[in-house]
Amino acid sequence: MSVIAVLILFSILVAGSFLAAFIWAVKSGQYDDKYTPSVRMLFDDNEHPALKEKNKNNTNS
Amino acid sequence: MMQIETFKYDNKIVKYFATATVLWSVVGMLVGLIIAIQLYVPALNLGIPYLTFSRLRPLHTNAVIFAFVGNGIFMGVYYSLQRLLKARMFSDFLSNLHFWSWQLIIVCAAITLPLGITTSKEYAELEWPIDILITLVWVVFAINLFGTIVKRREKHLYVAIWFYIATIVTVAVLHIVNSIELPVTFLKSYSAYAGVQDALVQWWYGHNAVAFFLTTPYLGLMYYFMPKAANRPIYSYRLSIIHFWALIFIYIWAGPHHLLYSALPDWAQSLGTVFSIMLIAPSWGGMINGLLTLRGAWDKLREDVVLKFMVVAITAYGMSTFEGPMLSLKNVNALAHFTDWIIAHVHIGALGWNGFLTFGILYWLIPRLWNTNLYSKKLANFHFWIGFLGIVVYASSMYWSALVQTLMWKQFTATGLLQYPNFLETVLQIIPMYVIRSVGGVLYLTGVIVMAYNLIKTVKQGEFTADEEAQAPPMVKASIKYKKGLGHRWIESRPLQFTVLAAVAILIGGIVEMIPTFLVKTNIPTIASVKPYTPLELQGRDLYIREGCLGCHSQLIRPFRSEVERYGEYSKAGEYVYDHPFLWGSKRTGPDLMREGKKYPNVWHYYHMNDPRLMSPGSIMPPFAWLSENVLDISTTAKKISVLRNLGVPYPAGFEHVANDELKKQADSIALDLTNAGVVVDPDKEIIAMIAYLQRLGTDIKAKKQ
Repeated sequence: MSVIAVLILFSILVAGSFLAAFIWAVKSGQYDDKYTPSVRMLFDDNEHPALKEKNKNNTNS
Repeated sequence: MMQIETFKYDNKIVKYFATATVLWSVVGMLVGLIIAIQLYVPALNLGIPYLTFSRLRPLHTNAVIFAFVGNGIFMGVYYSLQRLLKARMFSDFLSNLHFWSWQLIIVCAAITLPLGITTSKEYAELEWPIDILITLVWVVFAINLFGTIVKRREKHLYVAIWFYIATIVTVAVLHIVNSIELPVTFLKSYSAYAGVQDALVQWWYGHNAVAFFLTTPYLGLMYYFMPKAANRPIYSYRLSIIHFWALIFIYIWAGPHHLLYSALPDWAQSLGTVFSIMLIAPSWGGMINGLLTLRGAWDKLREDVVLKFMVVAITAYGMSTFEGPMLSLKNVNALAHFTDWIIAHVHIGALGWNGFLTFGILYWLIPRLWNTNLYSKKLANFHFWIGFLGIVVYASSMYWSALVQTLMWKQFTATGLLQYPNFLETVLQIIPMYVIRSVGGVLYLTGVIVMAYNLIKTVKQGEFTADEEAQAPPMVKASIKYKKGLGHRWIESRPLQFTVLAAVAILIGGIVEMIPTFLVKTNIPTIASVKPYTPLELQGRDLYIREGCLGCHSQLIRPFRSEVERYGEYSKAGEYVYDHPFLWGSKRTGPDLMREGKKYPNVWHYYHMNDPRLMSPGSIMPPFAWLSENVLDISTTAKKISVLRNLGVPYPAGFEHVANDELKKQADSIALDLTNAGVVVDPDKEIIAMIAYLQRLGTDIKAKKQ
C-alpha cells in the first residue's frame, strides 16, 4: 500500500500550496474588507448603454 | 492623479465556449439516453461494436463531464474573470488555442472510446497521447488565467477567482498522478500502478475530479452569476471565504470512501469517511450562501427564469453534498455501492447542479453578449419545468431500483440460502425502473433541445459585441506589500520564496519519475499461488478492457455473507498484484466476475458472448458476436509482456520471444475443447482469448487449496 504514501505526499503538496496562498491572501490584505468586494462585482461590467436601457425596459414590462 | 485606462473584454472566446457547451450538452445527453434505452433493449446496439453500451458509457460520462461541463466552466471563467479583474484575457492566442485544442480532445475522445481505445480507468479513459494533450491544454489555460491575474487592474481577487485557481492547480496534479502509464503502442498503455494501488490512485483522482472539476469551478461560477442574475450581493462574503478554504482543504482527503469494504487498509477507509462527513459543513456553507442571496427577494423567483434554474441547481448541490457523506458511512455504503443509488446520486449532481446552473448562466449570458433579450421566456420556463420533472423522474426511478435490487441481493431464506440466487432475477425486477429512467432522460433532453432553439433564436435577433469596451484605473500601488502576488518580479526580489517554489517544482518532477520504480518493489505478491496472466489471458484481458466489460461487471467481492454466498471467496489484495490496470468496476448491472473462472464450461461462454439470451433468457447484456469473427491481434504480445515486466510483473527473461507460441498452444486447447462440445471455432479468434481470461478469473486462490 506504499501508494498511500505517494498520495498523501501529493495531497499535502496541494494542501501546502493552498496554505501558502491563504497566508499570502491574508497578509496582502485580500480579506481586510469583507463586504465591498461582494457589492463591487455587481458593477464590474461596463454594460452597453443600449442594453442597459433595454434591460430596464425589460424588467419594467 | 489616477489615470483611467480603456480596454476591451474578449467576448468572442466566451461565444465559442458557449456554443460548444450547448452543442456538447445535446450530444452527451443523447448518448446517455441511447445507452439508457439499451439497458432494456440490448439489441439496440444493432450488432455494431461501436454502438454497444459498454463502449458508449464512457463516451457519455466523458462527454457530459469534460465536453458539456468543461466548456461550461471555460465559458463562465472567460466571461467572469475578465470582468472581475478588469482586464482582457492575458493572450488571445492562448484563449483560442485553449478552445480549439479542448474541442480536439473531445473529438479524439468521441472517436477513440467507441473504438474501444481506453485505459478503463473511470473518467480517465483516454489513452496516453490524449492524456499528454490534456496536460498541455491545461497548462495553456493556467498561463492564460494567471497571466490575466498578473495584469489585472483590480487588486482584490473576488472569491470566484480563488475557486478557479484551486481548480487549475488541483486538476493538474490529479490528472498527472493518475495518468502515469507505460505505453505499449501508440494507442495502448498499461497503468504504472497495479491492483489495490491502482484502485486507490484512481479513486483519489475520481473523487477529486468530482470535487475540482464538477464542484469548485461551478461554485466559482455560482459566486459570480448568482449575484449578477439576482442583482444583489452574495449573502455573506465572509462565509464565502471561510467555506472556500475549508472546502479545498478537506476535499482532497475524502477519496477512499469509494473503496469501502475493499482490500484498502481500514484506517484509510475510516479517514476517507471522517473527511467526507466533515465536508457537509463547507459544502452547505456554499449552498446557504447561494440561496440566502435571495433573502427578502424570493418574489424574483416567480418572474426570473434564470434564478429558477440557479436556485434548483444550488438546492441540488446541497442535496448531493448531504447524500455524499451519507453514502460514505460504511453501513449505508454496504447497501448502496454497486447499485443504481450511485447513478441517482451523480445525476442529481450532473443534471441538477451542473446542468441547471449552466442553463441559468446561458439564459443570462447569451442575451447579454448579443445585446438583446431572450427570444422566449415561455420556452425557457417550459425548459425549466420539463427539465425539473426529468430530474425527479430520473432520480426517483433510480433510487427505487437501487433499493429493490440491493435488498434482493442480500435477502436470505429462513434456511440460510440466498432467496434470489440467480442474479438475473434481481435485474428483471428493476427493468421497469430502467424504462422510467429513460423517460426522465427524454424529458430532460427535450428541455435542452428547446433551450438550444431558444438561444439560437436569441442570437439571430441580437447583435454580437466581439470586443466590449470597458474602463478602469490601473491597479493601485499603495502600501500593499505583495503587489503583484503571482508576478515574476515579486519572485525575483524574494530569493527564499523562489527557492521554495523551485524546490516544489523539482519535487513534483522527481516524484513523478520515482513512483513507478518505487511501486514495483512493493508489488511483491502476498499470495504465492497468484501468478501472472498467460499471454492469451493477457490478450483476453485487454479485450475485456476494450469492450468496457467493467462498466457493468465488478471484480471485487466484499466480505459480506450475501456476496461470498453468491460469488465465492471475498477478494484479497494479493490477488490483484499483476492487474495493470485494476478492473474492480463500480457498478453491478451484471454479476461480479471475480470468481467467474471455471464456473461454466468454455462452450457456455462461447454461446453467452454470442447471444447472452441463449444461456440466460431475459438477460440485458449486449451480444458481443464480433469476438467470434475478429482475429486476435497477436503482434503486440511481446511488447505487452516486456512493458508489464518493466512494471514489475515477473515474466521470466526472454519470455516475450516465446509468448506467442505459448499463446497459440493455449488457444488450440480451448478451441479443441469447444470442438469437442460441438462448436467449431478457429483458435486465432478473439473469443478464444476472452474465454481464456474469463476462465482464469479468481482461480489462483482455488489452485492453492489443491
